[in-house]
Amino acid sequence: MRRLLIVPLVLVFLITSAGAAMACAGVFSPNGNVNLLRTSTLAGYADGIEHYVTSFTFSGGGGEFGSVVPLPGVPTTVERGGDWTLQRLNREVTPVREAFAGANLATAARADSAEVLLETTIDALDITILKGGGDEVGTWAKDNGFLLAPDAPEVLDFYAERSPIFMAAKFNAAAAEERGQAIGEGTPIHLSIPTDNPWVPLRILGLGKQEIERVEADVFLLTEKEPELLIPSDGLILERSEQGSDGLIADLRADKGMEWIPEDGMWLSYLRVDSAAGDLTYDLAVDVQGEAPSTIDAGLASFDAPATPVDDGLPVALLAGVAVLVAGLGITAGRWSLRRAG
Amino acid sequence: MLGRYRLPLTLALAGLLVIAWAVMVLAASGPTVPVDIKYSRFEPDEFRFKAGQEVTFVIFNDDPIDHEFILGDQAVQDGHELGTEAHHGSIPTEVSVPAGATVETTITFDRPGELIIGCHLPGHYAYGMKAIVTVR
Ligand SMILES: [Cu+2]
Repeated sequence: MRRLLIVPLVLVFLITSAGAAMACAGVFSPNGNVNLLRTSTLAGYADGIEHYVTSFTFSGGGGEFGSVVPLPGVPTTVERGGDWTLQRLNREVTPVREAFAGANLATAARADSAEVLLETTIDALDITILKGGGDEVGTWAKDNGFLLAPDAPEVLDFYAERSPIFMAAKFNAAAAEERGQAIGEGTPIHLSIPTDNPWVPLRILGLGKQEIERVEADVFLLTEKEPELLIPSDGLILERSEQGSDGLIADLRADKGMEWIPEDGMWLSYLRVDSAAGDLTYDLAVDVQGEAPSTIDAGLASFDAPATPVDDGLPVALLAGVAVLVAGLGITAGRWSLRRAG
Repeated sequence: MLGRYRLPLTLALAGLLVIAWAVMVLAASGPTVPVDIKYSRFEPDEFRFKAGQEVTFVIFNDDPIDHEFILGDQAVQDGHELGTEAHHGSIPTEVSVPAGATVETTITFDRPGELIIGCHLPGHYAYGMKAIVTVR
C-alpha cells in the first residue's frame, strides 16, 4: 500500500511501567500504572508527498516512553515539526475551549527482527523507521524494550499485510528532564512520505484495550477538495465537511515546515471516532482520485479477496492535499523500561 | 516331555510380559498433545483427558511476544494473576513459553475435575488467553 498517510493523533503506546515487565500481572494493570496522553497528529498531502506531523508528550518521571505507529510508506525525511500547527488545528475544531493539544494528562484505561531503515533523535525522542512483517516488528519492539499488548501480534499483522513500514518512538524522560523539557510539553515530529492516496489507521487506537472499552478520537482531514471517505460503521461519524477557513490555512502555513499547504485553501473534514475497541476493526480509507475508497485500505477486505468499491453517497473529489488531525484520543501509555527478569 | 519346550515357553512368556509392560507404560504415559499459541490465544482451547492419564503438551508460541502456560484451578489462576514471578519452568504445570519457542511439559491428571490453562503476562488473561481442561 502506498497511500497518503493520515495518521491519528493517538500513537500506539506499547509500554508498561518501569519494573512491570514481569511474568505475572500483579504490578501491572491495564487501568492502573498507565497514563492517558492526549497527542495530536497532522498528515497532509501535496505534490505526491505526505507530510505527517505528530507530537509526543512528555509526562514526567524518570522512565521512558515508547510507541509504534503504522506508516503507509518509507519517509524521506524525519525532522522536528513546528510547535504551532497541532495546537492551531485543534483550536479550529474546538473553538470554544482553549485547546492545547498534547498537553493534557488524564487517567485512562492503556522471527526475525525488522529492518531498520532510518534512525534519528529529535529532542528526547529516538525515532526508528522499521520495515518488516508483524512478527519482525514485534520482535524488534520486544528486543528494544517495548512491552507489547496481547493483541499486538494480530494488530501488527493487520497493518503489515498492507504496509510493512512502522515508526517506533522512544521518549527518554531522563533526557527530556536533562534538556529542561516541561511535563506536558510535546515534541512535534514531521515526516515526509511519498504516497498516492490517503489512509487513516483507526484500529490501532484500540490496541491494548478491552473489547468494551471506548475509543474516542477526533480525525481531521485537510484536502484540496471534498474527499470521498469510506465510513463503515456508526462508530465513525463525519461531523463537519467544509472549506477550511482562511484564518486556519494562513496560520498553518505560517508554522515551521508547513509551506506545503496550498495558498488557495483546503477542504476540512472532521470525523469523530466513538466506538467500542472491539468494534473498531477498520481503518479510514480516503480516495484522492475520485474513485471509491478501497475496502482493502479500510481493512475490510484482504488482498486475497477483490476489493469492493463502496459508494456511500459522499461526493467524489480530486485531492491535491490531505491533512489529518486526531485529537483527544485515548492512549494507553505509561513508562516503560527495558525488560528485565524479576 | 515338557522339558524340551521349557526354554521357548519361558522366552515367549517373557516376551509377553515385556509387551504387556510396554503397553501399560505407553497407556500410562498417554498422548502427546500439540498446543499452538497464535495472537495470544491457545489453540485448541478445550481439552478432555481421563483421570490418571499422563499427557505431554508440546506448546509452540507462534507470536513475537512471550507467553505462559499455567495449568490449575481457578485459585491457581487467581494467584498467578496477582503474582510477580518473572519466569516459570521448575513446575510442569507452570512453564514460560518465549516468543517463537516450543516447550514441552508432561503432566499427570490425577483426579477428575475442571482445570484452566492460562497466561498471566500483563493483560493476557483478561484478553482471553485461557483454555479449559476437563478431566473425567
Ligand atoms: Cu500470553
